[in-house]
Amino acid sequence: MFDTFPLWPARASTTAGSVDALFIFLVTLSAMVSAAVFTMIVVFAVRYRRRRGVAAEQIEGSTALEVTWSVIPLFIFVVIFVWGAVIYFKERTPPRGATEVYVVAKQWMWKLQHEEGQREINELHVPVGRDVKMILTSQDVIHSFYVPAFRIKQDVLPGRYTTAWFHPTKAGIYHLFCAEYCGTQHSGMIGQVVVLEPAQYEAWLSGGGASGSMASNGQNMFQQLGCSTCHRFDTQGRGPNLVGLFGKPVQLEDGRVVTADENYIRESILTPGAKIVSGFKPIMPVFQGLVSEEQLNALVAYVKSLSQSPTGAAGGPTVVPSGAPPQEPKVQ
Amino acid sequence: MATAVIAPERENYLNQEYGIKSWLLTVDHKRIALLYLVSITFFFFIGGFFALLIRLELLTPAGDLVQADTYNKLFTMHGQVMVFFFLIPSIPAVLGNFLVPLMIGARDLAFPRINLLSWYLYIIAGILMLHCMLTGGVDTGWTFYTPFSTAFSNTKVIEAGLAIFISGFSSILTGLNFVVTIHRMRAPGMTWNRLPLFIWAHYATSIIQLLGTPVIAVTLVLVVLERALHLGIFDPTRGGDPLLFQHLFWFYSHPAVYIMILPSMGVVTEIVPCFSRKRIFGYNFVAMSSIAIAVFGFLVWAHHMFVAGISLYSALIFSALSYLVAVPSAIKVFNWTATMYKGSIRFSTPMLYAFGFIGLFTMGGLTGLFLAALGIDVHVTDTYFVIAHFHYIMVGGAVMGYLGGMHFWWPKISGRMYPESLGRFSALIVFLGFNLTFFPQFILGYLGMPRRYWQYPPEFQVLNVLSTAGSTILAVGYLLPMVYFLWSMRYGKLAPANPWGASGLEWTTTSPPPTFNFEHTPVVDWEAYDYENIPAPEEARVAG
Amino acid sequence: MPDSPVAVEHHEPMLQHHFADMEQQRQASSLGMWLFLATEVMFFGGMFCAYLIYRYWYFADFATASKSLDITLGTVNTAVLICSSLTVVLAVRAAQLGKRQSQVVYLALTLVLGLAFLGIKGIEWTSKFKEHHVPGASFHFEGSVPGHPDQPVDQQHAQIFFSLYFAMTGMHALHMVIGVGIFSYLLYCAWKGRYTPEYHTPLENSGLYWHFVDIIWIYLFPLLYLIDRKK
Repeated sequence: MFDTFPLWPARASTTAGSVDALFIFLVTLSAMVSAAVFTMIVVFAVRYRRRRGVAAEQIEGSTALEVTWSVIPLFIFVVIFVWGAVIYFKERTPPRGATEVYVVAKQWMWKLQHEEGQREINELHVPVGRDVKMILTSQDVIHSFYVPAFRIKQDVLPGRYTTAWFHPTKAGIYHLFCAEYCGTQHSGMIGQVVVLEPAQYEAWLSGGGASGSMASNGQNMFQQLGCSTCHRFDTQGRGPNLVGLFGKPVQLEDGRVVTADENYIRESILTPGAKIVSGFKPIMPVFQGLVSEEQLNALVAYVKSLSQSPTGAAGGPTVVPSGAPPQEPKVQ
Repeated sequence: MATAVIAPERENYLNQEYGIKSWLLTVDHKRIALLYLVSITFFFFIGGFFALLIRLELLTPAGDLVQADTYNKLFTMHGQVMVFFFLIPSIPAVLGNFLVPLMIGARDLAFPRINLLSWYLYIIAGILMLHCMLTGGVDTGWTFYTPFSTAFSNTKVIEAGLAIFISGFSSILTGLNFVVTIHRMRAPGMTWNRLPLFIWAHYATSIIQLLGTPVIAVTLVLVVLERALHLGIFDPTRGGDPLLFQHLFWFYSHPAVYIMILPSMGVVTEIVPCFSRKRIFGYNFVAMSSIAIAVFGFLVWAHHMFVAGISLYSALIFSALSYLVAVPSAIKVFNWTATMYKGSIRFSTPMLYAFGFIGLFTMGGLTGLFLAALGIDVHVTDTYFVIAHFHYIMVGGAVMGYLGGMHFWWPKISGRMYPESLGRFSALIVFLGFNLTFFPQFILGYLGMPRRYWQYPPEFQVLNVLSTAGSTILAVGYLLPMVYFLWSMRYGKLAPANPWGASGLEWTTTSPPPTFNFEHTPVVDWEAYDYENIPAPEEARVAG
Repeated sequence: MPDSPVAVEHHEPMLQHHFADMEQQRQASSLGMWLFLATEVMFFGGMFCAYLIYRYWYFADFATASKSLDITLGTVNTAVLICSSLTVVLAVRAAQLGKRQSQVVYLALTLVLGLAFLGIKGIEWTSKFKEHHVPGASFHFEGSVPGHPDQPVDQQHAQIFFSLYFAMTGMHALHMVIGVGIFSYLLYCAWKGRYTPEYHTPLENSGLYWHFVDIIWIYLFPLLYLIDRKK
């Protein structure tokens, strides 16, 4: 029981350092304020304890003092707010070019899939020194992906994607916890993040187990499900051309403009009637119930790959079918 | 050492009528307060029992005391019972009901029958909750997050939801009664700024009860309907949004925590001046800070949702607002401390509880600053850090305030003194037990131990063992007052009208008060906390 | 406040013992009712909030679903409720003038109108049930999105519309039923001559409640029935 008794979590990501810095500042501040208040109370309790013949002095108040001890804390709070907000802003803005990992949570396990195709259960292998962005969804209830050593946590919701990212700085094995109560085995829904030195990571990657990159799996699905019938790579399709679509603004026929992000792609597949692209008819079949979360992830990965240059970020080569060269997507 | 009374007892609210019917059909606010006292104490021990089982399970990393499903029910029901059946009613329904009319010089609350109705609603809700617990329980967490609660849990969600729904009406009616009473039934001369700050605190609390509780009521209705009829309002597989539930839930449940803490602050604001023998420092600021907490408290709910999937910009706004709401609480702490300056301090039990409150509430409040900081919250939300934070406020704060208030007003309520040395001893035990139980949890949280975990990795064990050890000490600290309060009702020293030399109209009437509170209507022409003109208890005794 | 408990009893039979005088009692009751109505605003507000959010997200589907509601019956019901509020006001006025018989007539009319409202609502709900628009296992909504005859309405979104429709109108109807109960009791008391120019507080405060329930309907009606109804 006493062999490991840590009092501080491991620090294994770039975020961890910033979070710890603010935390230590707050601990110090709190200790100082508590000490000040406690000391004053003790000193007053002793110095002004009841003594025969010594009456209390009736003091109504002091507006100056009240204003001072309202404004000074408020100022300190503003500092803390800004500091925390800056860290949070960075945490919620995944850097471009990050390696992507798709995560599907379900009661009570984590299913992860690398862009290159490797699948893992309750374990995530990543290399030191590379940005990793996770695209998370749940098959059932709300879960939460929590790696204390990285100081990151993100709720994982059914019906949509959420994202989180980290940049590992130290090789090691770190806890992965589910941090949103999700039923019987909530406390059993744990795993580990294995951070490897880059060379070891490459070795692990090529160690087999992959059956094609996510994007190429997605491309196969795209053909199998008949998507390519309408979503051609020219302007003749009954559906919008998806090349170059990801990340761009899309004009809908009710006038709204939305960004084609992961959630947009997902919604377009599951409930196509929700957002009709301007100039197109609402004829796309509904795929809800016909594709699993993993298949959805593969399709999303494929659509994303249609917006990457052939020598672009890791994640599988862009596979553009032969025929007409990719054209500008039909957005207005 | 007093023995049984020989002289005939003066008529008061306790002996005016005997028999169970006179209690169950009473409309006297003081008797209703005692009905509540018995009921909430009962539920406190049920919730406490669940807590002990939780802490016992957590002695070892493995789940070896109860099954996982049972553990999930234990923490759910611990939370529901403690929040809805103990903390929310506690001070308002017991001390508030007893004291509000007395403090303002009224003969009863505005609506005595509605007061009794609110107790019956609480009892019906409590029975339904007990039935739910005994026939399978509920395992959704007290927060009922969807879609788990509406579409996945196999437990008695509907029954628990209905029980809490009914208890909400009890809370609303109490709040309604207080607001009308404070507005309309103050004695002549009792202007708003002569009101005891306990009244201001309860006024602010009542506003929150009135405006916040209906929202959770309707949210629970929607959850019950969704679960029973398989609707899709909160279920993404049916077109709904689980975050909508979270927004609606926290819109009440955040202000609810101010329902739980404001009355305790009111209690402390009565105790500190009395045992410092001087008026409160900064009356207006303390009064306004209660109102400010009530108002700002409605604007910060999504700080429970920083990692839930809300937008970055919403998160920024709610974080900023959460810092605003911390300012009025800080003001109170400074004002209490300043009240002690150049006072004449006594260390009776109520004052010890007040010290404990100020210390622990300060620590709990400071850790709230951690949680409001977005970058920190991402790491510590849903961990034991949050659990430690809210227990510091609700147990270290609210419950200590409640116990301090019970000791302070016990002579008035029962006509008896409790044994002072035992009182001080229990206060110390509670303070030490509390800190040992909950301080390690801050560390556990930062280390990364998530909440609601039945089993955990072995490196967390030492801190968990410390926490469990503390909880047993804390339990003793809570049992002692139960025992000696009961003892004092028969064997305690008879209490004079004003054993503490305290200010406030309630101390001008007998202990216990007569049913109609005052022989003659008080006419107030003095300021609140008029300690200049009130003799200290030892001087009063000397004077005769 | 009286000095002794007994002093005032024989003056004012309706004065409760803890109040100093009738005026304090009347003001307290009135404030109590206003505060209660504030809680009701928050209660319905939660549902309105959910409704407004989904309506924003699923506007087209909600518009079509809304069109399937019977606007004639809805309008008639609105008129019925407004008239019933008028009869309530006239009943209070009659009490102020000491006219017992008028009170009884107007209260009875209020009850009739209230029951008419509930009856019409029953008819509406029955037709919804027959059309399979009641959320649940047998829910099915035939219809297409406005302006796009070839695009069917999303069943899930339509079901959410009807879930909220039934929740909101159901909660409103429950409040109407309670109102009918209260007014039945008031009718009995009025018939017994309990309300006089000096004392008719229960009438006034119950009237406030009834007006509030009416106002809720006045918001519900356009929100639910009148989405996108240009012909």
